[in-house]
Amino acid sequence: MSFYFAQLLTGLANASSLFLIASGLSIIFGVTRVVNFAHGSLYMLGAYLSYTLITTLDLGILGFWGSVVAAAAIVAVIGGAIEVLVLRRIYRSPELFQLVATFGVVLIVQDVALAIWGPADMLGPRAPGLSRAVRIFGEPIPQYDLALIVIGPLVLGLILLLFNRTRWGILVRAATEDRAMVGALGVNQRFLFTSAFMVGSFLAGLGGALQVPRESVSLLMDMSIIGEAFVVVVIGGMGSVTGAFAAAIIISVANAFGVLVFPQISMVLPFLVMAVVLVVRPYGLFGTAASAHGGATVPEAPLRPLSKVGIVVATALFAFLLAAPAQDDTFILVLLTDVLIAMLFAASLHFLMGIGGMVSFGHAAYFGLGAYAAAIAVRDLGLPMLPAMVFGPVMAALGALVFGWFCVRLSGVYLAMLTLAAAQILWGVTFQWQWLTGGDDGILGIWPARWASGNATFYYLALAICGGALVLIRQLAHSPFGFVLRGGRDSPVRAEAIGIDLRAHQWLGFTIAGAFAGVAGVVFVFSKGSVFPETLAIGHSIDGLIMVLLGGVQALAGPLVGAAAFVLIEDWVTRLEYWRFIFGAIILVIVLVAPDGIAGGLGRLWRLVRPARAAA
Amino acid sequence: MNALTVTHLAKAFGGVKAVADVSFALRKGEFLALIGPNGAGKTTCFNMLSGHLKPDSGSVKLGDTELVGLSPRKIWRLGVGRTFQITETFVSMTVRENVQMALISHNRRTLSFATRATRLYREEAAALLARVDMASQAERPAAELAYGDLKRLELAIALAHAPTVLLMDEPTAGMAPSERLALMALVSSIVREEGVSVLFTEHDMDVVFTHADRILVLNRGTLIAEGSGPEIRANPLVQEVYLGGGSVFSAGHADA
Repeated sequence: MSFYFAQLLTGLANASSLFLIASGLSIIFGVTRVVNFAHGSLYMLGAYLSYTLITTLDLGILGFWGSVVAAAAIVAVIGGAIEVLVLRRIYRSPELFQLVATFGVVLIVQDVALAIWGPADMLGPRAPGLSRAVRIFGEPIPQYDLALIVIGPLVLGLILLLFNRTRWGILVRAATEDRAMVGALGVNQRFLFTSAFMVGSFLAGLGGALQVPRESVSLLMDMSIIGEAFVVVVIGGMGSVTGAFAAAIIISVANAFGVLVFPQISMVLPFLVMAVVLVVRPYGLFGTAASAHGGATVPEAPLRPLSKVGIVVATALFAFLLAAPAQDDTFILVLLTDVLIAMLFAASLHFLMGIGGMVSFGHAAYFGLGAYAAAIAVRDLGLPMLPAMVFGPVMAALGALVFGWFCVRLSGVYLAMLTLAAAQILWGVTFQWQWLTGGDDGILGIWPARWASGNATFYYLALAICGGALVLIRQLAHSPFGFVLRGGRDSPVRAEAIGIDLRAHQWLGFTIAGAFAGVAGVVFVFSKGSVFPETLAIGHSIDGLIMVLLGGVQALAGPLVGAAAFVLIEDWVTRLEYWRFIFGAIILVIVLVAPDGIAGGLGRLWRLVRPARAAA
Repeated sequence: MNALTVTHLAKAFGGVKAVADVSFALRKGEFLALIGPNGAGKTTCFNMLSGHLKPDSGSVKLGDTELVGLSPRKIWRLGVGRTFQITETFVSMTVRENVQMALISHNRRTLSFATRATRLYREEAAALLARVDMASQAERPAAELAYGDLKRLELAIALAHAPTVLLMDEPTAGMAPSERLALMALVSSIVREEGVSVLFTEHDMDVVFTHADRILVLNRGTLIAEGSGPEIRANPLVQEVYLGGGSVFSAGHADA
């Protein structure tokens, strides 16, 4: 019995730290409607700063707590700077832009931290005065955990006090409910947004700073916490601080007991809980429908068949790709194969989110599912390459069919979060299911059939498969089915009113997008010869989003341009030291300068310089 | 013969009876107006007829078919069209494509994957657009349309599946007075030619008394009057409901 009580206390202590970071994320989302991926970076910075302050000042109890608060305050200032320099310029952009921009910030902070603090993990000192364990029912409980259990509710109380008793807090709550109305009432939104972002950053920094005595400070802290923080915010209802508190307790306590039954569950459990909550309560425990509204989007121009210029460009590009093996340069062929795979992956994601309006933060799941299914088919079922290449996408489509059934019930940010959860669950399973997937070691030695093993032959095979799939996707976009998806994105009410079962069509669209991602996955696995859990990870899903956004969401050619640019930039940049910083900066520049993507930006440039039309 | 028969329809939200025991019939080919002050329950009534809201009790029959319990989609397939108070169109498509979508859905071609959507039902769409005087704007993006034209486009969409009953929620809301009468003149000429039965809600009494064959007056969820224009004008109950609204019904329009 006492053991379970100790386990409960551990869960509650974890809940406190999780709540601190999630509450900040929730406040920021509530006011600014930005899904802030950089929140984990602020948390990490809080930990690093507090580590430095504590160890250099070394002033006992007062010094420790002073350092923690000072670190959080510095993080608040950094957060304010990020808001003013980056986010303020893109509040009107689609939510995806904001996500990608904050991911650019993640990359930059990564390398800044690496430059300042170095790559080694750092173990901080225990908190002075709280360094021992006390016995409760005979079980040793760290004093510091007890302190955290007090701090969590204390901070919640302070936030609620701030929200209910101050003008600022009331404005924040009002903005969470109805941002347009608050603007119409003449409230200074700039100040409100910046200050809300700073308060959120302060909480993230505080959460990180308080972790120093509990875990070593490392460069992995940002991405390791962000997934779980998102889950907490979504379960609680986006914008609800009380919800975040409740959700943090549910997740942490469930985890504390879950690991007793099934030790590996901690990777998957939060996402499972989130999936269940979202299916039962689509806006989270304390959320309202208002919280789902994202930024306004500009209506897209009607789809046009390929123009003459487009046909010329496409033909020239295809001729170039056909002629490429003539160079007889293995490096170029491998790079071009990567480009083709990325193009198909990005186009399948664009089909889902650009055409269908269903934003997925976890599209890599189906890419990975296809790759793993093909690899397992070759290794365990002994399938030859071509049947395995069919088997992979079929399994990816099945996975998308299952997860899509849940996902299409939601929209906007909540849909995005559920797709993220689905991907995390699959990633966790891949990671844990050692005997089938090889876990962290992946599956190796999946090479093309002998007839296709030549560099040029495999390249042509990849070109045929990816090119064919891209043509099919384009065809689909112009088909009645594609139009139904676009119509459902424009106006679900209108779609239903003309007798369309929108959800069923979206479900099919989700499945088709998953299948195409699976096709990209099988080409990938045979070109690399191996597959690892990273293919399903958040990072790879975000790569896909970046490709789509680089190219521009509003054009069918966008993802192709974006994918090519992404692979080429990545290939060039990753050879440099501090490539994350450079890559993050490139992302930010593109988001800020060409919010309609490379294709859109070039289009605008073209309209500026093209010869004027003859007067009619 | 009735196109739509509504009996004992009721809906409460919490403790508030938004609609309490409403019964009426929409006759074939009739232009029937549902009026009443704000909050009388007009839109609630509409939403129950179109399947967007499930009534607590009562029945809605299209000919002999019970509509209560069916989804909006099923009701649409049975030939009941609906336009919205706030226009809903596909903004990333052209005017013609909007109408083509309705035709594609009506002909159950939404699961076609190989054809080009823009090549389907072009002539039918063009004819519908000509019917609502929008032929010249067929290739414009719907996002660019003026409000009055969006209403016309919605009308064309609503006619695409050749409905027998059309439910129009505030068809002229947000339009200039001159546009209103023009739009309703167009609506009434079309529906009379096609033999469609129309139920519409409307705030503009000019529109109501000029075009409606018959008028239903709803107040606090119950029908308080039913009859022709002159009958409704003379009804003391109705005058009372529209407090001081006596002028609305008599002064300027006695000669209407």
